[in-house]
Amino acid sequence: MADTSFRETLIRLRYKWSFQQFIAELLQKRWMEPVVPFTAAALVVLAFAFLIPGYLTVGNIVSTGRQFGEFGFVAIAIAVVIISGGIDLSVGSIFAMANFIALMLFNMYEVSAPVSILVTLMAGALMGAVNGILIGYVGLGAFLTTLVTMLIFRAILNLLILRYSVEMAISMGDSSVWDWLGGGSVLGVPANILILALVAIVGHIFLSRGRPGWYIAAIGANRKAARHAGIPVERHLFLTYVISGVLTALGGVFYAARLNSPSSDTGVGMEVLALTAVVLGGVNLSGGRGSIGQSLIGATIVLVLINGLVRFGLVGGATSAFLGFMMLLAVGIDVKWARNRNKAIEKIYVVPTYFKLGKRHDIAPQSSSPYALNNRLRDAEAIGLGKLDGPEDVIFDRDGNLYCGTREGFIWRFSGKDLQTQEVFARTGGRPLGMAFDRDGNLIICVAGMGVYGVRPDRSVYKLTDETTRTFGKVIDDSRLVLADDLDIAPDGKIYFSEATLRYTAHTWATDALEGRGNGRIIVFDPATRKTRTLLQNQIFPNGVCVAHDGQSVLFALTWACRIERYWIAGPKAGKLETLIADLPGMPDNINRASDGCYWLALVGLRTPAYDLAMEDPGFRTRMIKRIPNDEWLYPNINNGCVVKFDEHGTILETLGDIGGKSHPSVTSMREERGYLYIGGLSNDRIGRVKLSGVDESWNGPASYWGKRS
Amino acid sequence: MADAVAIKDRGAAAVKKSEGKFSLSNLSQETLVFATTIVIFAACALFVNGFATLPNISTLARSVSVLGILGVGMTVVVIGRGLDLSQVAVLAICAAWSLKLIGLGYGLAAGIAMGLGLAVAIGAFNGFAISIIGIPALFTTLASGTLVYGVGRWLMLDGIITYAPENQPFLLALGQGELLGIPVPLVIFAVVAMIGHLILSRTSAGRFVYAFGDNAEAARLTGVSVRVLTIGQYAFSAAVAFLAGLVTAGSVASINTNVFSSSLIFDVLLIVVLGGVSLSGGRGSIASVLAGTALIGTLLNAMILLDVQGDVQNIVKSVVLLGAITLDRKLHPRDEETARQGDL
Repeated sequence: MADTSFRETLIRLRYKWSFQQFIAELLQKRWMEPVVPFTAAALVVLAFAFLIPGYLTVGNIVSTGRQFGEFGFVAIAIAVVIISGGIDLSVGSIFAMANFIALMLFNMYEVSAPVSILVTLMAGALMGAVNGILIGYVGLGAFLTTLVTMLIFRAILNLLILRYSVEMAISMGDSSVWDWLGGGSVLGVPANILILALVAIVGHIFLSRGRPGWYIAAIGANRKAARHAGIPVERHLFLTYVISGVLTALGGVFYAARLNSPSSDTGVGMEVLALTAVVLGGVNLSGGRGSIGQSLIGATIVLVLINGLVRFGLVGGATSAFLGFMMLLAVGIDVKWARNRNKAIEKIYVVPTYFKLGKRHDIAPQSSSPYALNNRLRDAEAIGLGKLDGPEDVIFDRDGNLYCGTREGFIWRFSGKDLQTQEVFARTGGRPLGMAFDRDGNLIICVAGMGVYGVRPDRSVYKLTDETTRTFGKVIDDSRLVLADDLDIAPDGKIYFSEATLRYTAHTWATDALEGRGNGRIIVFDPATRKTRTLLQNQIFPNGVCVAHDGQSVLFALTWACRIERYWIAGPKAGKLETLIADLPGMPDNINRASDGCYWLALVGLRTPAYDLAMEDPGFRTRMIKRIPNDEWLYPNINNGCVVKFDEHGTILETLGDIGGKSHPSVTSMREERGYLYIGGLSNDRIGRVKLSGVDESWNGPASYWGKRS
Repeated sequence: MADAVAIKDRGAAAVKKSEGKFSLSNLSQETLVFATTIVIFAACALFVNGFATLPNISTLARSVSVLGILGVGMTVVVIGRGLDLSQVAVLAICAAWSLKLIGLGYGLAAGIAMGLGLAVAIGAFNGFAISIIGIPALFTTLASGTLVYGVGRWLMLDGIITYAPENQPFLLALGQGELLGIPVPLVIFAVVAMIGHLILSRTSAGRFVYAFGDNAEAARLTGVSVRVLTIGQYAFSAAVAFLAGLVTAGSVASINTNVFSSSLIFDVLLIVVLGGVSLSGGRGSIASVLAGTALIGTLLNAMILLDVQGDVQNIVKSVVLLGAITLDRKLHPRDEETARQGDL
């Protein structure tokens, strides 16, 4: 660092932390969606509190609260239906009907309060079931159907009121439960708000954690896909309307208990209010996205707004105008945001930082450098040519069988004479990368997108770990393993593995190079305690991991930083991190043991002057990412690599290359086995095999780790 | 041999059966509705006192004309796979504003032109919000209707009811006059229906409306300027709604803005859907509206003559509509594989 100029220090500091990265990661959070409506709600309340004297008095809050309790149920009801991809316009009529039925039972027939309520809720369920049968099972359109039932329920209600209003006016039920529902409170909180909170919590758990809730959201998000996935679409659509009916009826019960008035204009226009509320809360109108919390936030905005307008002396027209305007605005923003959200995140997600690489070694074939390229990999004997899609890592068991993981998520096994028999050994379901054999002969695999898994000799797949401790204060949830890359096993059985990057996936990993930021980490899993612990944070794409021959340290490669690091796990230096090799001429990938006490290292690609220069100029990379499409971005060269051998002190001993990349353009791994070197490539179509001269021809990988078979 | 004959027979039976089924599902909905109308009409003429009289038929014609005019506008929008719930607000507010302006002395032509201009602007805004911003038609028009009604009541008009200005015989004639013995509203309905029919069946814009309603993406890829088309549809619908408003104003010499909260828009959807204009777009014609209007007009008139209560009338209408859409679903079952997301 001595030769670092002042300007470089400044640039380094400038790009060390990024507010942009914070924003981009924040926007990806699902819980960010209700933040805008929530802020709006808070602002509306504050504005009215400021403009209207006495607005925030206890009396006003309680009376608004009681209205809110009733309206909240309806908002939740309509939200559930909208999340399922439908709409329920009949809520206003069901609300009025429930109000009437509850009053009729309680006042006229003098049924006890609990029974009246129960029967009313059942009536609500029945009305919802009418909608549900027509929409779910008969398959009618939700809009027309609920428009029709809205009219029918309202007409029936009017006929009932005409018939019974006189009798109802003269009779009056009496019950403390009833009075408590209408006017009671606990610690100043109105009864209906309490019940609403209870229903909201239960409903939230139902929608976000329960199987039917997931199914409902899935149907709303993509009905066809839900059907193909075997979800009983009809039954769940039916269910949503029944839920809607019951919740609306519950709102009606509270209304009945509070006002005791079976008037015919109860609930008129309520469906528009509830729709506006739900939309303002940010529930997506095309279905699949939304929560109960969001609908309640929306309900708050609508009620407070109407209440405030009334306090201002504006009625009738003005309320309608505001409602219509808010609804247009909210849906408009929602539609635009939903359409452009990913584009916006994409624009700001990649955040380059300053990174300076040292001098490049000469790799020219004629040079005397140890990195001088040759064509020793060119004529490698091909195994599984054309039958393998991207064998990232290759490994041998004690019996000399060859294993590799491919893009389909399979682990292939080659056995028999000259490894000619190819078969699928196991299926992982993710993208298998680095592999190692443990003491008991289980094949331990880093599966990108899943975590660390094992395959027993009987081919059964089991999980070792897929999460680690979460870092406090980090926006991205780093408890999940997104891109477990390579692993090795220490003599005590602990599994050391690298997670290349937290911010990109197995498909977009190369974009991490443009950041040059320490997004990866080294993690250790202890099978004895089954605990996973993050050892080292903020590593620049940690890739290959190899436990040293003496078992005292772990070597790991930092791909974009072109470095090999050594982390001591035992001995006097335990816990220390030091750089073993700096400024490699290429991007290092897997590291594996060689038979002579040295190490093999795969270079996935070779550095270019343009790449080195770009890494020193984060401003340039930022502009590039913003202004040109991503297939024209300047990526590092990962098309042409080689294999090098180094000793315990980091001295480079020899290089095996393939100039022009005919057989092995980019090399991601290699294993030595009984006198041969086997080559794997992340995007190659074969495994290569090269004869080594002057090596121990009985050397086997697992034996080197766990000793000869006893 | 016997087996072969049996198979042949069975085959013939199957063909026959499928033919029978084929003709039933092939029978267009408007033909069915027309036939039903004739049956109901005949029944009413026989059993309902005072139905088959000339004054009653004339009243019937007048009363359904407004509905029919609105239906023509709605049909154009619905064939293009849209929905216009703001019609009634436009009808009430724009027409009432026109009356107010004429009353203030702006003159008949200027007053009507400004009302029409406002209506077209609202329609164009609907089209803009739907095609360019991308808000679903249902919510756009629901919200814009509420907005228009609210602003109208709040800032533009003076009370619930706006009366027609004195000494404007033309205005009253729109609702109450007769042309060659035919009520003027019916004439206007006929003219609007004719225009709608010509646009839909004889102009390229009309054919594009069908194309867009049938497969919006395909229409766009073929090069139809779908945004302009959508804006045009809603502008047409709003203009037609304004005309319906003038007819309403003429017949009772006033506009009651409370019509906004009535079930008028439901009746419009009723006649449109009943006649066979599918809400999923691309199907139906002006003939469908005529059929739907005739059936509902006859039904309503008969129920009024029979002194059926308003709420019961609503139930009857609703059940009829429910029956119609259920039948439609049975005859043209929804194909879950090609059904579009967001079909309401």
